[in-house]
Amino acid sequence: MKFSKLLAGTVCLAFVSFSAVADQDAKLIIEGEEISVRASAPAHAENLDEVVSGWVYRKDETQALQLDDFDNPAFVFVDQAIDEWSNVDGTAGESCSSCHEDVADFKGLRPSLPRVEDGQLVTMENLINECRTDRMGAEAWSYSGSEMTGMTALVGLQSRGMPINVAIDGDAASFWETGKELYYTRVGQLDMACSNCHEDNYDTMIRADHLSQGQINGFPAYRLKNAKLNSMHARFKGCMKNIRANPYKEGGEEFKALELYIASRGEGLSVETPSVRN
Amino acid sequence: MKLLSLASAIVALTASGLMADTVAPSAVKFEDGTVMASLTGVAGDPVAGRDVFKGRKLGNCLACHMNAEMPEESFHGEVGPPMDGAGSRWSEAELRAIVSNSKMVFEDTIMPAFYRDSGFSRSAKKFDGKSILTAQQVEDVVAYLMTLKDE
Ligand code: HEC
Ligand code: HEC
Repeated sequence: MKFSKLLAGTVCLAFVSFSAVADQDAKLIIEGEEISVRASAPAHAENLDEVVSGWVYRKDETQALQLDDFDNPAFVFVDQAIDEWSNVDGTAGESCSSCHEDVADFKGLRPSLPRVEDGQLVTMENLINECRTDRMGAEAWSYSGSEMTGMTALVGLQSRGMPINVAIDGDAASFWETGKELYYTRVGQLDMACSNCHEDNYDTMIRADHLSQGQINGFPAYRLKNAKLNSMHARFKGCMKNIRANPYKEGGEEFKALELYIASRGEGLSVETPSVRN
Repeated sequence: MKLLSLASAIVALTASGLMADTVAPSAVKFEDGTVMASLTGVAGDPVAGRDVFKGRKLGNCLACHMNAEMPEESFHGEVGPPMDGAGSRWSEAELRAIVSNSKMVFEDTIMPAFYRDSGFSRSAKKFDGKSILTAQQVEDVVAYLMTLKDE
């Protein structure tokens, strides 16, 4: 009796690890273009030999959704952003397309963000809202709202396949240091830092979740869990809540600095936007 | 005077849900990786401890530790060592120390301290000033771990 129960336990465990772990050598090829999901780690990611996209750790079924833009549920929101692109909004009577002829002109922007402008660290969300408020006379979009995540997906998509390459020296250096400090600081009642899960324990199971390196090359990411696009800062916030910490503000200085630091840890990975995760 | 302060201490303790015999998180005595004394003076209940082990809102120990004694649970974590035989590997006093505050036993570990209520950075309001488990839940999960013997 005891024996058969134990045996059933082993079988069950074996089943779990097989079904949860996808083929780690799988390649991500979208529309005939190979997306680098692994690269050798940049020197400033001191404790990593290799950087790996979160896609690698998703189940086969989840991975498959990203192989074809027709299957990728994020494209519903990209399509909405294409409509928004030429939608006149605000007191100036302008749309995005009044100033930017073709969204494809933004190729190369995603991999370089966030970046420092006039001593301030700016994210893509900041740049978009600056256009809305200063040039269009329109209301700023909420930082992780659906209009914003749709637009950051559309603009980010133009750089799909390009390697992440953010500046971390010069006037970016102090922001990068702040981000690094946050990455390694333990917070919350569970007293954990990002590094405890995403550096020390990636590629292991934490209950039902297969831990990745927590890279941001695929953001905004469509999550099966909430069936919408999720901003990087919303993801940071979610992880902080899970460790019972009081999260920083989306769009605030701390998360912008953390974004720069994490982006730099993914140098060499391709922009994967918009990715699909669970 | 003495009587008065004692009385107010009892009021304070009862107000925070602690019994008079309960050791407060800040008063737990760690000696060489052990906590000798029971936190409550009430023997742990291994059946309740089993629930603490797997409960996502309780210990959620299963998130990190595989446990062959729970084959009915489908997701076992791999972050920490498997729990099989933990009750043979460790004494009750050692297990009480590991669960109460693992950092007193394993330096820089990822494993949370389950009986600590202060000294956290940016703790969410809802959990501020609280430990993850109550003293009795710690005793219960320790009693459960003691049942996990090598064959
Ligand atoms: C208790 C473990 C834990 C901690 C601590 C943690 N995370 Fe996560 N994180 C997860 C899990 C589980 C997932 C979902 C699976 C995965 O992609 O790793 C995740 C996913 C992510 C992702 C999405 C990756 C992708 O490819 O979609 C990012 C980004 C991320 N985390 C950033 C952070 C940051 C920043 C911190 C610190 C503020 C942090 N995490 C702290 C557990 C954790
Ligand atoms: C977030 C991960 C995590 C959680 C949650 C967790 N542990 Fe651990 N635990 C660890 C790690 C990692 C170790 C190994 C010690 C180290 O860090 O070197 C460990 C070690 C232990 C050990 C000693 C292991 C051995 O036999 O060598 C015991 C016993 C233990 N944990 C019990 C528990 C109990 C009981 C709970 C829940 C009340 C729990 N753990 C929750 C990560 C975790």
